[in-house]
Amino acid sequence: MSINCMKRIVQLVIVLTLAVGPLSILHAASVYKIGGIFSSTGRASFLGDPEKKTMEMMVDKINAAGGIDGHMLEAVIYDSEGDPAKAVSAVNKLIHRDGVIAIVGPSTTPTTLAIVNFVERAKIPLISCAAGIKITSPVKPWVFKTAQSDRLAVSALYEHMQAKSIKKVGIITVSNSFGESGQEQLVSLAGDYGITIVAKESFGAKDTDTTPQLTKLKGASPDAIICWGTNPGPAVVAKNLKQLKINIPLFQSHGVASAKFISLAGEAAENIVLPSGKILVMDQLPADDPQKQILKDYETMYVSKYGGAVSGFGGYAHDAMTLVAEALKASDGDRQKVRNALENIKDHVGVTGRFSFSPEDHNGLTSSAFVMVEIKNQTWNLLTD
Amino acid sequence: MEDLLQYLFSGITIGAVYAVVAIGLSMLYRSTELINFAHGEFAMFGALGLVTLWGQLHLPLPLAFVLSVTGVACVGMVFERFALRPVKDPNPITLVIITVGASIVFRGIAMNVWGKDPVSLPPFSDLESIEIAGAVIVPQSLYIVGAALVLAGTLHLFFRYTIQGKAMTACAVNKKAAWLTGIPSERMGLFAVLISAVSGAVAGIFIAPVTMNTYDMGTMLGLKGFCAAMIGGLGSLWGAFAGGILLGVLESLGAGLISSGSKDAIAFVLLLLILYLCPGGLFAQKQAERF
Repeated sequence: MSINCMKRIVQLVIVLTLAVGPLSILHAASVYKIGGIFSSTGRASFLGDPEKKTMEMMVDKINAAGGIDGHMLEAVIYDSEGDPAKAVSAVNKLIHRDGVIAIVGPSTTPTTLAIVNFVERAKIPLISCAAGIKITSPVKPWVFKTAQSDRLAVSALYEHMQAKSIKKVGIITVSNSFGESGQEQLVSLAGDYGITIVAKESFGAKDTDTTPQLTKLKGASPDAIICWGTNPGPAVVAKNLKQLKINIPLFQSHGVASAKFISLAGEAAENIVLPSGKILVMDQLPADDPQKQILKDYETMYVSKYGGAVSGFGGYAHDAMTLVAEALKASDGDRQKVRNALENIKDHVGVTGRFSFSPEDHNGLTSSAFVMVEIKNQTWNLLTD
Repeated sequence: MEDLLQYLFSGITIGAVYAVVAIGLSMLYRSTELINFAHGEFAMFGALGLVTLWGQLHLPLPLAFVLSVTGVACVGMVFERFALRPVKDPNPITLVIITVGASIVFRGIAMNVWGKDPVSLPPFSDLESIEIAGAVIVPQSLYIVGAALVLAGTLHLFFRYTIQGKAMTACAVNKKAAWLTGIPSERMGLFAVLISAVSGAVAGIFIAPVTMNTYDMGTMLGLKGFCAAMIGGLGSLWGAFAGGILLGVLESLGAGLISSGSKDAIAFVLLLLILYLCPGGLFAQKQAERF
C-alpha cells in the first residue's frame, strides 16, 4: 500500500471521526507539545533545514500511528538562524508561551550552549542536535544530545591516521565554539594515538582566504593537515590548499559531511577523508549492520516526502524525536519522568548510532557511530580499513 | 623566505580586493565628498549577479559580466535619484547615515533574492597556479590586481583629461560655483554614483571566484575598503590602491607571522595608527589641489 494511499485512509478516518463523533474529539487526550529550535535559514541552514523537516515528518508519523498513549504530538518550531541570541529568544518562547514538554535542537554548538542554562532552570528535557562535547560534558541533568561528540570523531579520525602511520599533523580550526572544541579534542587525544601536532592555526568563520595559515602549516612539514569547521570555511581551506599546490593529505571533520561541502569545494574536495555518520554511505554498509535498515527506512520516508537527499543532520533530529517518543511513553506528560526515562534508554538503535544513556553519559554513543569516508568523483566512499 | 614570499602573494591578492573597493569609495568621495557605506553592497550585488547569470544560467562570462554590471549600475542610479538627491539638507553626516541605511536595505533585498546560503564559483580560467620561487600565485588574483590597476588608471585618466571628470571635481570643490559656470551639478552627482556602483560591481565580480558569495559579504568588504581608502588618503585613487595592497599584505603577514586570530584586528589597529600619525592618510592630496 503506498504512502499516499495510507494518507488517504488516515484523512478519511479523521473526516469520519469529525463528522460522526465530535464528542470523542473533546474527550481525546491532550496534546503533547514538543519544541524545536533549528537554524533552518542562515549559514547553518544545511543543518537546520533537514532537521526541521525531519522533526515535522516524525511528528506526522507518530500521530498517524495514534500518537503516544493516545496523546497527539504537536511540534512548535522556531528558526534560530544560527544566531545564539535568536535561539535564546526562541527557548524563552517555548518555555513561557508554548509550554512544551521537551525541546529538540538547536542545530549548532554555539546556539545550544546559549540556551543550556534556560532549559536547566526551567527543567525541560533538551535533546540537542549539535556536536560540541561541551554540551553534555560535564553532564547537565536536563541536557542530552544525539549528534556524535567531536571527541568520538577525533578518535575515529586518529584511529584511521594511526593505521596509515601518520605521525605529524598540522591542524587548522575555525574560530568559533565548534572549532575550538574540536581543537581541544584534537590536542588532548593526540598523545593516545602517537600523533604529534606540529602546528595549530585558526581561521574566521567568514574568512575568504586562508593561504597565510596554510603556508605556515606547510612550513612545519606535517604528514597531514586536519581542518575542523563547518561550511563554508573548510571549503575555502580545501580550495586554497589546492591552489597553493600543497600536496599533503587533507582531513576534514564531520562538520562538512553533507553534499553542500562538495558543491562548495568542487574539485578541491577530491580525496579528502573525514569521519562521518553512516548515513552518507548507507548502501555501502555490510548487510549485518544494525543501523542499515533504520537508515534505509529514514531515507525512503524523507525522500518520498521532501525529495532531495538525506543527511546525517536530519538523522540527529530523527533520533531525537524517536528518543523523545520513547521517553514520553507512560510519562503522562510529566517532564521529570521524561527526563528520567531518557537517561535510562539503553541500546536504542537510531540513524546516528546505538544510544545507551546513563547518568554519566548524555550522548550515549561510541566511536563506532562513525565510519571513515573519502570523497571520490564528487561522492562519498566508505573506507573499510 | 619561501613562506614570506607566499604571505606577500596572498596579501597582494586579498589586498587587491580591498583596493578595488577602496578605489570606488575614494572616487565617489573625490567627486561628491560623500562616503558611501553601501559600496560593499554594490560589490555583493555584482558577485551575486554573476552567481546567477554565469553560475546558474550559464551565460557566457563577458555577457554575464556586462549584464551584472549594468544591473548594479541601475541600482546605483535608483539609489542616487531616490535616496541621496531628495535630501533637503545634504550635510555629510546625514548622507553617511543614508548610505548606512541603504546598505542594510540592500542586504535585506539580497537575502530575499539569493537566500542565505553561500555559493562558490569556479575561477574565470582553468589555468594552473603559477609558481615563483616556491610560492604560488592563483591566476584569479592576477585578474583582481589587473582589474584594480585598470580601474585606478581609467579613473585617473578620466579625472585628469576629460571635461566630465574635471566638471565632477569642480562640483566637489564648490557645487554652487560649478553650477554658476554651467555645470549640471545634479547630473554630475548621478554620474559619480553610477561610476562608483560600476566599480563596486566590478570588484564583486572579480572576487566572486575566490570567495564564498553570500548576501552579507559586502559588510566586511566595505569596512576593509574604507580602511584602505583612509590609509591611502580619501580622494586619492592611487592612494586607495596602495592602501588596499598595504592593508592586505599586513593582514597576511600578521596572520602568518603573528597569529591568525588577530587578522581582522590588524586592519583596524593600522587605521587608528595612521589616523593618529598622519591624519590625511599616506597619500593625502594636498589641500591646495582641492581649493
